[in-house]
Amino acid sequence: MISVAPVARPGAPLARRNPVAKLAAALVFSFVLIATLDPVAPAIAIAIELAVLPLFGIRYRILARRAWPLLASAGGILVTLVLFAADRSGRVLVEAGPVVVTEGVLVTALGLVLRTLAVALPGILVFATTDATDLADALIQNAKAPARFAIGALAAFRLVPLLEQEWRMISMARRARGVDAGRNPVAKLRLFVSTAFALLVGAIRRGTRLAVAMDARGFDAGLPRTVARRQRFTTADGLLVAGAAALAGAALAVSVALGTFRPLIG
Amino acid sequence: MSAVVLRGFGWRHAGRKGWAVRGVDLRVEAGERVLLLGASGAGKSTLLAALAGLLPEDSGEQEGTVEIDGLDPRKARERVGVVFQDPETQLVMARCGDDVAFGLENRGVPAEEIWPRVDEALRRVGFPYHRDRPTAALSGGEQQRLALAGALAPRPGLLLLDEPTANLDPAGAALIRRAVADALDVDTTLILVEHRVAEALPLVDRVVVLEAGGGVRADGPPDSVFAAHGDALAAAGVWVPGRTVPPRPATAPPGDWLLTADRLGLPPRLAAVDLEVRAGEALAVLGPNGAGKSTLALLLGGLLRPGAGTATATAALAGRDARTPPHRWRAPLLARRIGSVFQDPEHQFVTGSVYDELALGPRRTGQPEAAVRATVDGLLDRLRLTRLAGANPYTLSGGEARRLSVATALATAPRLLICDEPTFGQDRRTWGELVDLFAELRDAGHGVVAVTHDPDFVAALADRTLTLERP
Repeated sequence: MISVAPVARPGAPLARRNPVAKLAAALVFSFVLIATLDPVAPAIAIAIELAVLPLFGIRYRILARRAWPLLASAGGILVTLVLFAADRSGRVLVEAGPVVVTEGVLVTALGLVLRTLAVALPGILVFATTDATDLADALIQNAKAPARFAIGALAAFRLVPLLEQEWRMISMARRARGVDAGRNPVAKLRLFVSTAFALLVGAIRRGTRLAVAMDARGFDAGLPRTVARRQRFTTADGLLVAGAAALAGAALAVSVALGTFRPLIG
Repeated sequence: MSAVVLRGFGWRHAGRKGWAVRGVDLRVEAGERVLLLGASGAGKSTLLAALAGLLPEDSGEQEGTVEIDGLDPRKARERVGVVFQDPETQLVMARCGDDVAFGLENRGVPAEEIWPRVDEALRRVGFPYHRDRPTAALSGGEQQRLALAGALAPRPGLLLLDEPTANLDPAGAALIRRAVADALDVDTTLILVEHRVAEALPLVDRVVVLEAGGGVRADGPPDSVFAAHGDALAAAGVWVPGRTVPPRPATAPPGDWLLTADRLGLPPRLAAVDLEVRAGEALAVLGPNGAGKSTLALLLGGLLRPGAGTATATAALAGRDARTPPHRWRAPLLARRIGSVFQDPEHQFVTGSVYDELALGPRRTGQPEAAVRATVDGLLDRLRLTRLAGANPYTLSGGEARRLSVATALATAPRLLICDEPTFGQDRRTWGELVDLFAELRDAGHGVVAVTHDPDFVAALADRTLTLERP
């Protein structure tokens, strides 16, 4: 099963905050970090992110399991940049045939990897601690998002775990029809594409049926909607956003003070 | 408490030549309970969609008028509740209570009234869980009861049910009918579409039969409608109560063994099963939802790797390939020996036309084009699909799609045919054709295994039954 459910202890002090506040805090925090190219500010940011993890009720082991695609892509960035970066300034550290690893290369690569992690982690934190229904409710009530968008996305989201099951059924049905690829890589690719197309067609049909069912239940029929589940944006939620901005600013300030700050523009 | 009036009503979907429904004059008084019948394609679902206000003006052409309490149904949506056939695509929210609340929120019910009304609606349909239960954890029957609660919570004057039990096992279907009977207010108008008439009759006091070519064919209390029109309705595909289908027992004793299962299972979906499948025999696999019947069909079909035990083909089925288990055969080889018919026909369609769909298997197994053409033409004719040879499989009606999915499995002439719920939601005519087809195949020496909830199908065809328990 593709898992889309939150993994945090729901009672943790920051996990309980308003989903919109969490989302805003994550955006503010990430946005400030994008401003610099140096490795110091994102390293501090990652340290902060890991330090607040227990407040969100997430165990480190569970985070590692959720974030492994991110870690893998970070590793990929590191290797690619070390091997192929154009900027080969600074002291030469390793020279093996065509591969020349210099200090400049390493700093750039490390900066980019740390930035990727530091910017992505807050997003992971938000979705690992937030129930999709709560997020949709808060987007409508606190961020004035249109219900058509938020509830529509939520309903579509509920169908995601079905896709994997659907994929398996389509693959088996094709095998039953005498269609397989054997060891031929071209045939494999074609089979993959045609299975994906069938999945897409099925998803669209299912989505259409769901949309009709939602219409039948009076969704977006022009009446003003009420809300069954109240989401409140409290002072504590405001403090969370302000705190995120302050901490990100502090990370930048340290970087400036140490003289490592390299602005993205200029 | 809503009244429905149709005057010369007709609807043609945009881009279609024919009218989906036409010339319907009908008056349903507040509090009446109506069973709407008609052969496949008579326009029952279109009529319900019109009453539910789900046919946007720009999506087709309308004739005549349709009114609910004197209003255009598109403007009377808050008076109408609908439950559709497929439980999966009518639940919106992740938690049961939220889903029932959804319709109340949409209608602007004040927040403090919502939860008491949610709890009341869940209680009325006999919903067994707390409202925090995830909708994904429900069985099909439970999901359908939840959908009913969601439709009833806003207290509609008119409740429309479009084959709400077609996808359920008999126990689940009985629970839905009970929930409808118990939960309806005395003054709620009900219009129900249901193939299985005998089961639906206790819920209604009036039967309306739509004519396939347009208009209303019969209208009145169930007894008098069936007394006057029973034969004609049965011939048109309606399940008229009290008319049993003559059984088709095997004409000869079973022949060779084709496939044996030895402690075959896939925990936790299916507990170990022993069985053998023989040529010239129809075996029905029964059991409640969740017993692993579909999993067993996939294992026998060589489509899933067994988690425990073995499925072994005999030399009579597979010749020298019998030494390897079916799930390891290459697909073209498998398709020539074991045909599988899936529960949802749409899963099986690969190409863009009915003709290509039938030609696919024979082509994949290396038949020359002339032989492919002969096979395809024969199947098109036999399953009344010739007229549709150029149509896209995804545009077929339920009955046509089912016939095509069975035909695709037969195109490679497999000796063993494995079907998952082949008669699901079919009208009487298609149902009868399927029974005849399977009976002929069996009598011609094929083995037939059918996973089914359908007691009539078992009575008409099965030579032997196997009942699975929940693991």
